[in-house]
Amino acid sequence: MANHNDIDIDRVAQLARVELTAEEKAKFSRQLGDVLHHITQLEQVDVTGVEPSAHAYPMVNVWADDVAQKGLSAEDALRNAPAKRDNMIAVPKVVE
Amino acid sequence: MADELYFQTIASLAERLGAKGLSSVELTKAVIARTQAVESQICAFNSFDVDDALAQAATSDARREAGEVLGPLDGIPVGLKDVIAVENQPLTASSKMLADFVSPYDATVTQNLKKAGAVLWGRLNLDEFAMGSSTENSATKKTTNPWDRTCVPGGSSGGSAAAVSAGQAIASLGSDTGGSIRQPAAFCGVVGMKPTYGLVSRYGLIAFASSLDQIGPFAHTVEDAAIMLQSIAGHDVKDSTSYRADIPDYRAELSQRKGPWKLGIPKEYFGEGLDPEVNAAVEKAIAYYREQGCEIKEVSMPHTKYCLDAYYVIATAEASSNLSRYDGIRYGHRSKDAKDVEDLYFKSRGEGFGEEVKRRIMLGTYVLSSGYYDAYYLRAQKVRTLIRQDFLKAYEEVDALITPTSPTPAFKLGAKADPLALYLCDIYTIGANLAGLPGISLPCGFASSGLPIGLQLIGQPFEEANLLSIAHSYEQAHEWRNAHPQI
Repeated sequence: MANHNDIDIDRVAQLARVELTAEEKAKFSRQLGDVLHHITQLEQVDVTGVEPSAHAYPMVNVWADDVAQKGLSAEDALRNAPAKRDNMIAVPKVVE
Repeated sequence: MADELYFQTIASLAERLGAKGLSSVELTKAVIARTQAVESQICAFNSFDVDDALAQAATSDARREAGEVLGPLDGIPVGLKDVIAVENQPLTASSKMLADFVSPYDATVTQNLKKAGAVLWGRLNLDEFAMGSSTENSATKKTTNPWDRTCVPGGSSGGSAAAVSAGQAIASLGSDTGGSIRQPAAFCGVVGMKPTYGLVSRYGLIAFASSLDQIGPFAHTVEDAAIMLQSIAGHDVKDSTSYRADIPDYRAELSQRKGPWKLGIPKEYFGEGLDPEVNAAVEKAIAYYREQGCEIKEVSMPHTKYCLDAYYVIATAEASSNLSRYDGIRYGHRSKDAKDVEDLYFKSRGEGFGEEVKRRIMLGTYVLSSGYYDAYYLRAQKVRTLIRQDFLKAYEEVDALITPTSPTPAFKLGAKADPLALYLCDIYTIGANLAGLPGISLPCGFASSGLPIGLQLIGQPFEEANLLSIAHSYEQAHEWRNAHPQI
């Protein structure tokens, strides 16, 4: 397991698409370092031959009957959009 | 029990409504008046809609007048944690990110409560996106503990627990990812239950960690919790992890199942950090079961000490993925200062999320990132398998486990500024989430400070009827359910 000091806060923030202030970066580096240090305990566990659990239950897929149902109206779907125009969500220019 | 309407149980109120000695409008008005009288001190609600609640109550009364009653919840005011969607009502997750969001549809549990005739009353405060153990991470307000307003109500479903404790709702729903129903129930002196993973639909619940999240009830009594569970349990095709199980009549089962049960005491739950008064109260509860002829067995769950670490890897990993949907484009907070689309994502998320949410997104992103995935995430998932095996092995010998719900009673507001210290509050509740098991917290006494203490019972998968019966047995032999805070 990696040394807990080497969390690259800028890289992780970039991956998470979240802007952090300089104070947040300093604070999170220290706090996440502490948490990751605690998590190194997991190294003590012998997991040889153990299957990982993605869920608490071994579950099979659930299938829904293919019945046509009414979805949200355009008005309802756009109700919470921060910006809209002509029944569409407006965003900053993507293609120059 | 105190005479005030707002402190009565669903079971007793349903009887009075049925005998026409009381109307739902009268009851709902009493709960609204109580809410307005104490809300400035308790701060449990993010929003409520008085007219809407009274209209629902009037509909319930009209239905009853016409000879139709939908069940024991018909006409009973029930609060919802503000992560459960109610059509045309605000849904904020106590986050700036969703400050102006209005839900376009109902969660399945909301639909279920409506079908049961419940009066939906208010959206209750929580730690932002259910991330926390004190409700102090709310971007909206700080909810207080009704037993001592200088203390936290617990979290993340702090508003749901405090509202029931303070008489601002007769019952409520919360969600539990690592203890977020059971721990605040313990802190506020009410009953709180997390059902088996998959028993209750998560459709319309704002996702935190999808393999751990489960909706469940808060109530004054185990019987009331059983009534609430009855209305929300069951298969839902809209939730791909919903389980097809036969749903028994939980309330009827309470009087059918009398034990004696075989109960396990996991020794790892009674170690360092456990408050002596909490320990003494739980020991007394164990003595009660022994006197009832239950076989009490010490069991060992050797991977208990790894629960917290496995949880914080898995829960944050899932959260970092779930919360990627908040991008400032389709709904939620959008930054006004962005240069381009990329910048819009970064700034909207940086501005919209609070500190703990950002911290967990960062941790989750890190443990999933290239080079660390195997060491953290995959390993945590394997440890999760071992933790589940510990429980299943214990259940070869016992029907349920008895533990404290939380190592301590409620702590002071602001007392746990360090994230790791706060994470340690959840050490007794997290195991049931990782293993997908049902757990219940019920009052088992008071500390010398006057704060309530919670007893946790963890049951076998989908054996809610048994778990509720074991809890009911203890509850009915004690008077804790009749104690209410002075506000």
